[in-house]
Amino acid sequence: MGTVGFRSTVVPLNIENVDTDQIIPARFLKATSREGFGKNLFRDWRYSNDDEKQPKPDFVLNEPAYSGRILVAAKNFGCGSSREHAAWAIKDAGFDVVVSSFFADIFKNNALNNFLLPVQVSEDFLKKIFEAVQRDAKAEVEINLEEQNIKIIPTGEQEAFEINAYKKTCLLNGYDDIDYLLSIKPEIEEFEHHYE
Amino acid sequence: MAKTLFDKIWDRHVIKQIDGGPSVLYIDEHFIHEVTSPQAFAGLNKRGIKVFRPKQTVATADHNVPTLNQHLPIKEELSRRQVEALKKNCAEHGVELYGLGHPFQGIVHVIGPELGITQPGITIVCGDSHTSTHGAFGAIAFGIGTSEVEMVLATQCVLQTRPKLMRINVDGELQNGVVSKDIILYIISQISASGATGYFVEYAGSAIRSLSMEARMTICNMSIEMGARGGMIAPDETTFNYLRGRKFVPQGAEWEKKLAEWKQLYSDGDAIFDKEIFINAADIEPMITYGTNPGMGVGVSGHVPSLGEINEKEKASFEKSLNYMGLQPGVNMKGKKVDYVFIGSCTNSRIEDLRMVAGFVKGKKKANDVQVWVVPGSKQVEKQAIEEGIDKIFEEAGFQLRQPGCSACLGMNEDKIPAGKYCISTSNRNFEGRQGPSARTFLASPLTAALAAITGEVGDVREYVKPSRDKAQEVLSEN
Repeated sequence: MGTVGFRSTVVPLNIENVDTDQIIPARFLKATSREGFGKNLFRDWRYSNDDEKQPKPDFVLNEPAYSGRILVAAKNFGCGSSREHAAWAIKDAGFDVVVSSFFADIFKNNALNNFLLPVQVSEDFLKKIFEAVQRDAKAEVEINLEEQNIKIIPTGEQEAFEINAYKKTCLLNGYDDIDYLLSIKPEIEEFEHHYE
Repeated sequence: MAKTLFDKIWDRHVIKQIDGGPSVLYIDEHFIHEVTSPQAFAGLNKRGIKVFRPKQTVATADHNVPTLNQHLPIKEELSRRQVEALKKNCAEHGVELYGLGHPFQGIVHVIGPELGITQPGITIVCGDSHTSTHGAFGAIAFGIGTSEVEMVLATQCVLQTRPKLMRINVDGELQNGVVSKDIILYIISQISASGATGYFVEYAGSAIRSLSMEARMTICNMSIEMGARGGMIAPDETTFNYLRGRKFVPQGAEWEKKLAEWKQLYSDGDAIFDKEIFINAADIEPMITYGTNPGMGVGVSGHVPSLGEINEKEKASFEKSLNYMGLQPGVNMKGKKVDYVFIGSCTNSRIEDLRMVAGFVKGKKKANDVQVWVVPGSKQVEKQAIEEGIDKIFEEAGFQLRQPGCSACLGMNEDKIPAGKYCISTSNRNFEGRQGPSARTFLASPLTAALAAITGEVGDVREYVKPSRDKAQEVLSEN
């Protein structure tokens, strides 16, 4: 994320069980680099007949009223395929945070490994965010990673969220897991030595 | 202290526990394929490092390979480039590749077990969520993202938080015509597509024990479809008999030693699970999905839920799903017309699946307006099917036997179901657009798919099978 805390308007995607095939359909997984997936984010929900000239007007990413760095989705976000391309696409499309009441495990790891913060909130709090945005599309939400807190600005309602201490340190300092694992290579070799 | 099967394997593989964080888990076997590995190799190259333990990674090309004319260059440019990148990366890093044209090529979760790389007690990862398949051998196997693929290539480790543990017990006898795919579709329909998120699942009980290895793989394969990171089954004689003599399985004294270790891999009698579920095998019917996640399934004699049966909060998602599927609430599934039949994928493309279908369709012809694709899971499955004359049975029935790959399970190659068409599929996901933009998927067992191929519609295979006490898969070929 690079930032300790920030405020942003949100994009509300009030759909449950959003699977990674919706986030980025398989036919767009053919690149050999990590860049450029954002334009195909939610491709089949965004366009009719796979045609960029035919945007579906009722899909939230096509509604000019909604924008921001925070994507808010209903429960079980990111289920299905392990494709990290889903996290790359969301990040590439300009989001730094996804809020949901429930995340699929593999997606959560993939998001964290790409400095995309998954914020898990209660069903009740999620409902409050959707309601706030419904009242005012410009309603802002504040994310504070340091304090592990999320706040709906217009109503002042807030909730704490969890993240493990190791991952929090990684996100706040821009470290990644590979740096860490490479740093303990002697321990890995020592383990292998005693392992058959 | 009493330990679960999972604990016994996990504990042996933890190198260290990070304070307030995940464990560093050592990985024994790593499988890679063309779609989720290129960025991982690019990451290694950027860091200027080589694969740490190249002998513990095996590669194959499966996700976007064509299933016709595999001897010719891949027509689709991006797919070709991805497959070429895999070849180049494997060569540069000394990783074994069973690519197109190799006698071991196939779907990654089919070839691992058939070569005996998958063994009890080990840790296995792959950049693919259906890695859970390998848990059928009593291994800890789970899908990972590309950053994690890079970690394994670089250090042979991943960082994982210990999951919660769930045991699902399926006891009793299965009805005739009910096979392992129905068991797992039933479980998911009961606990939902997110019912096991955060858990690793152990499947147990007499109905699970009675299954062959390939049938067990089908069950573990779909663990991810209820959100579980992985699924596993304690190894037993069925497992050992399957493994004995396979290419990468040790022989002689080493085999005996392994066997003794493997026999210790079970959950102790008083081991405690975070959650436990009990299912009566006799309650399970042949299953079919009607919606757009694998939890939206019913018995074939059942109906799509009516609006009154759906709770208020879930109505919007339910209606969106039915709208996509072109189905009305409350309608019967039996009699629904299908346009395509896909028999394949890492869930159901093994030789027993093909035998099951062939046994059912022998001497019959497909319905006129139905296209039937059978895509074997590997070159070895294909070879075996031809040796057994299964190819002839399919040819006479009007089925097309294609070449190995993931194919229409996810439509990354040319094998896509056209928009609006219905496909009964033995694969694992009925998500919107999974089999092609606007394609509609009914997930089912190979038997139920075979019946639909013949009649052109969803039917109840129980009406066609011979009563048999022990073999649910024994099918009347002349009904």
